[in-house]
Amino acid sequence: MTDMLARPSEARSLRHRLTRLAEAATTPLLPSDYLDLAAPLRSGTDLRARIVAVQPETRDAATIVLKPGADWSGHVPGQYVRIGIDVDGVREWRAYSLTHGPRADGLISITVKAVPGGKVSNHLVHEARARTLVHLEQATGDFVLDPAASRLLFVTAGSGVTPVVGMLRNLFPVTDSGVVDLPRSRHLDIVVVHVAPTEPDSIFLSNLQELAHHGAITLVPRYDDQHGVLDVADLTDLVPDLASRTTYACGPGGLLDALTAHHEAHGLPLFTEQFRAGFVEAGDGGTVTFADGTELVADGATPILDVGEAGGQLMPSGCRMGVCFGCVLPLTEGSVRDLRNGAITSVDPISSAHGGVPIQTCISAAAGACHLGATS
Amino acid sequence: MTTIQQKSENPTAHLSADDIATLGRELDAIRQEVIDTRGAADAAYIRKVIKGQRGLEAGSRALLLASVFPPFWLAGTAGLSVAKILENMEIGHNVMHGQWDWMRDPKIHSTTWEWDNASPADQWKHGHNELHHTYTNVVGKDNDLGYGIMRVDEDQRWVPFYLAQPLWNFVNACFFEYGIAAYDLELGKNLAVPKDQRSDDFKARAKQTLKKIRQQATKDYLVHPALSLPTGSFVPTLAANFTANVVRNLWTHSVIMCGHFPEGVETFEKASIEGETRGEWYLRQMLGSANISGSPLMHLMTGNLSFQIEHHLFPDLPSNRYAEIAPKVKALFDKYELTYVSAPLPKQVYSAWHKIVRLSLPNDWLAETTPKNAPSQLVKLYKMTTGGKKVRRDIERKDQLKRRDMTKAA
Repeated sequence: MTDMLARPSEARSLRHRLTRLAEAATTPLLPSDYLDLAAPLRSGTDLRARIVAVQPETRDAATIVLKPGADWSGHVPGQYVRIGIDVDGVREWRAYSLTHGPRADGLISITVKAVPGGKVSNHLVHEARARTLVHLEQATGDFVLDPAASRLLFVTAGSGVTPVVGMLRNLFPVTDSGVVDLPRSRHLDIVVVHVAPTEPDSIFLSNLQELAHHGAITLVPRYDDQHGVLDVADLTDLVPDLASRTTYACGPGGLLDALTAHHEAHGLPLFTEQFRAGFVEAGDGGTVTFADGTELVADGATPILDVGEAGGQLMPSGCRMGVCFGCVLPLTEGSVRDLRNGAITSVDPISSAHGGVPIQTCISAAAGACHLGATS
Repeated sequence: MTTIQQKSENPTAHLSADDIATLGRELDAIRQEVIDTRGAADAAYIRKVIKGQRGLEAGSRALLLASVFPPFWLAGTAGLSVAKILENMEIGHNVMHGQWDWMRDPKIHSTTWEWDNASPADQWKHGHNELHHTYTNVVGKDNDLGYGIMRVDEDQRWVPFYLAQPLWNFVNACFFEYGIAAYDLELGKNLAVPKDQRSDDFKARAKQTLKKIRQQATKDYLVHPALSLPTGSFVPTLAANFTANVVRNLWTHSVIMCGHFPEGVETFEKASIEGETRGEWYLRQMLGSANISGSPLMHLMTGNLSFQIEHHLFPDLPSNRYAEIAPKVKALFDKYELTYVSAPLPKQVYSAWHKIVRLSLPNDWLAETTPKNAPSQLVKLYKMTTGGKKVRRDIERKDQLKRRDMTKAA
């Protein structure tokens, strides 16, 4: 008994000592800084993934197949993942739905639609190459199926189809010999209302059609150029048994807001997901909220450092002219303008939830309302 | 040198306020051009240097595990010296300047980087990025002028203590990383304060520095030698690490002296920077810095501080871009009839050392000494050294009068 208890702790303390020794040999770096150069996907290091393939879906959408690092802990269909990729040398983070259920080969995939002007989406669809290393976070998100629900309605618009395809592929795997019926999916009755501007712009349309042809789902396609823009009031006509179904919707904010109002009014269950939370439009001056909650009004020409200090904030500072980087704080919300050249730095809500973007407060003025985090 | 304001011919006298404002805008445009074209190639560059440096360091340390064999000792020591130089210069110095912050890679960022040096990153960033880069060559504000232990300006009054400054400078060069740590701690100023009155801030920073020194010394002088024990290479590895540190220190000290010490570099009076405009700040950086000319390898090994002028104008631009903007900056020097101080490393090192030696002696003593008058000059130096303040002043005054007469006669 004593032996059994002693052994693991001895092993632990030996490993602990070896780790300490390795750290002493590499200080001020960590052993992992060296190991990462050789094995970036190994266990115990920051989570990363390597792009295995980029498969075109439509002319402006592609599926990126990724081999995640050893510490990837899996996902539930419908969840999304945050990916950090270097575009023009700058690390950008975005969230994308996983478009497969767990796969036998251990790979994961996301499907990306190139948004006009979208820095990361265009890069992934048109520029990304196999073997590129990207940064990754564990899958997350509550947009997953309620196991108790059997009568389902999916409302998808544009790239909002991606998490739904992830769920459907998990329920009805498609192989070379066609759609496979699994016992776990036998009780399901699924309607998919799929909205897109035009038919050729629909990513995953062939998947949806194949599933519909097999009888796994009832597909109700709605193309703006053929049917006009969808009015949620028409849902009752498109899906007569709407009241008996649990609705899962994913798409742009306008559609989701309308659906939420509609379902609330009718007392119907609804699960929604939206990723492309918009940037705050950059303006001229605004309210600056500091880490301790203090709010100060800033004009568009005064450095945030000066605004903060005038308002009694204790702020890190240095040269006050942009050369020493002694005043860097994370911008967690909003936009700032570089007073030297007018360049705007903005932070999107997803990046904001992960620490924000570091800015130099001595040469940055508020460009609209913004929030600052604390020093790390 | 003399502060620019004290010179009989101020090299900026021909520039109007408008000229200086235009110059500032022209420099801003050069800066903006680099920022607009910063991208994937630059990011690939710094990652390649970091990867290469880590590979070289790991490989060299692996060789040193068997450093009891002389060829391994030589190759390992040479490799480790180069690796340490790259780590300090092209990587550490530049990352901590925020030159790569735009990549938003948290691992190659001014807020997270720590270097292989006795001075902790935080303290160095304050002493170097903030104080030195803001107050470049302002006598009394920029402690980099003589590091607070040397006389580097004729206007600093000579005292016998300075006779030893060539020796100090050499000792400082050998142990430069500790010199930097002491400098960033403002050790001299703080040690002058009685022990019980030293500020908490100083005590905390001193503790932080001692911890850093302990960690770095443990690595080089204990852990790696101990790992070499199986081949009987404890002592050779220890010697190799010591050698690599001294080589790195001598090299960085030489490069850094070349940045602001050579003849032709200007210094400024404290009062002159009150209300300084952006254009005036640029002008001061231009005249207060000196370059080292040479090959791309030389630029890499100096961390591109061979482009000290460009670095001082734009300390936050990626170092790999200085070479490309240097001709444009040089063209502005020509346009505004200013002196662009640039020369090969040996010449600049000689020039800097010559100044250290020259100013270790009373003003003009070296220039006036010839084989013929050497005995009387030595007597004068002896008197000044042993005589106290009053004797020194008298001799200085007499010398001054003599010089004035000679100029008149000429």
